[in-house]
Amino acid sequence: MTANLIHVLLLLVMPPLLAGVINKTKAWFGGRVGPPLLQSYYDLIKLARKSMVLSTTTTWVFRAGPVVTLAAVLMAGLLMPLGAFDAPIRFSGDPIFFAYLLGLARFFTTTAALDTGSAFEGMGAAREVTFASLSEPAVFFALLVLARLSGSLTLTGMLHGPMGGFSAATAAPLILVAIGLFVVLLAENCRIPVDDPNTHLELTMIHEVMVLDHSGPLLGVILYGAALKLFIFGALLLHVLAPFQTGVAWADWLVFCAEMLAVAVAIGVVESIMARLLMRRVPYLLTGALLFCGFGFLLLVR
Amino acid sequence: MTSLFNGLLVIVLVMNLFALGTSRIHALIRIVASQGVLLGIILLLVHRHLTIPAFAVAMAGIAIKGFLIPAIMLRALRQAEIKREIEPLISPLASIMLGAIATAFAILFSGQLPLVDQNDGALLVPTAIATVLVGFIILTTRFKALTQVVGYLVLENGIFVFGMLLIEAMPLVVEMGVLLDLFVGVFVISIIVNHINRAFSSLDTRRLLLLKE
Repeated sequence: MTANLIHVLLLLVMPPLLAGVINKTKAWFGGRVGPPLLQSYYDLIKLARKSMVLSTTTTWVFRAGPVVTLAAVLMAGLLMPLGAFDAPIRFSGDPIFFAYLLGLARFFTTTAALDTGSAFEGMGAAREVTFASLSEPAVFFALLVLARLSGSLTLTGMLHGPMGGFSAATAAPLILVAIGLFVVLLAENCRIPVDDPNTHLELTMIHEVMVLDHSGPLLGVILYGAALKLFIFGALLLHVLAPFQTGVAWADWLVFCAEMLAVAVAIGVVESIMARLLMRRVPYLLTGALLFCGFGFLLLVR
Repeated sequence: MTSLFNGLLVIVLVMNLFALGTSRIHALIRIVASQGVLLGIILLLVHRHLTIPAFAVAMAGIAIKGFLIPAIMLRALRQAEIKREIEPLISPLASIMLGAIATAFAILFSGQLPLVDQNDGALLVPTAIATVLVGFIILTTRFKALTQVVGYLVLENGIFVFGMLLIEAMPLVVEMGVLLDLFVGVFVISIIVNHINRAFSSLDTRRLLLLKE
């Protein structure tokens, strides 16, 4: 019960902090002071107090988009076990539910973008689904590898396999899956080699361009949903990297938070040392991620 | 122990795919150099009883493949002042796909081989075959003389992995001989690169098809 409460609390409170850590890391690399760690929270509060401007061409889909997205991502967060602890909701086959919740979130984000009738947003939506068609199979292959390794069909079961139960003999596929998932994490959360969260040049944006018309609380909901998604993918990656755990409950939560912040720092480092890929090269990167996860599976079934 | 090898060998496989996907000669040379260093480290681990000569060979391998050869190649690249981009015959995506097919083939093929039990679970044979095939792909689909040398290096890395199977039987002299050949080969090619560049003002080997006075 306590574990579930802490799970929900962390899921709700921690995600914006990750964005702060990433920005601090990037600022440190650039020799700047950077925005305060809690800047994302301030931004969310500021956006929540603003009023909304709705375009007259939009329908209910436009307003439903961010809300449904946030709800789907939150639900996915409840399915994802954090660190050494079980997920609050778990049932056989929930990896599929998890993947489709993220798919639903993406569907509503893109339809809300199309609903505005803006050419730029349509372009962003097209890009988003094109790249998703490569990153989603990669996630499925990764889940297949984990399911086969652990022999379990619940996210909790298959993700806890790598931490304690798996022998080092499975290191080879897990390394491949970890690389693939890290690339997917960067792509799904619009981080640098794929998309630049800071840029506002429509021709090169993917995610940012889809939310150009949203304002006020709706934009806040979108930003919060994006941070949550990063948190969930980070938790997934941490399981595959088979991190350290102590066995004492409170220490495990601390370890989990520290590892999560380490993932954020790693993302910040990647963002600082890499340039964004040309738009036409992004599919190469994602195909690479797909191949890595696919090879992980091939190594297991050979 | 096998698991540690498999982990390291998988990284070798990953590097193969990166080498196929990258579009810059610098990055390509660095990837192959780090692959050489990694193979040297694997060689250190693969020995059951580490003797001083074996240690020396592994260290020489790391020094030559990881540092000396890349240094020579980067120097040749600097002197030739060529464009940094690789212009392959087929797109990077197609190269990666070819490499992926080769790797999948290697994994499935080595599953069919009657291996000694000791090597059955290990990834040594698939990695060796896959690396050799990727070496061939780089050799055949790249046009610049320097990138073809890199293909040759990857090919040699594959053979080096295969040699680890015979680590107990293969005398160290053979390994040293291979290393020496490799070194001399790259050394000579780097000089040739300069001459090609001076004569044709490009490193494109397609221009070498025509003989002229």
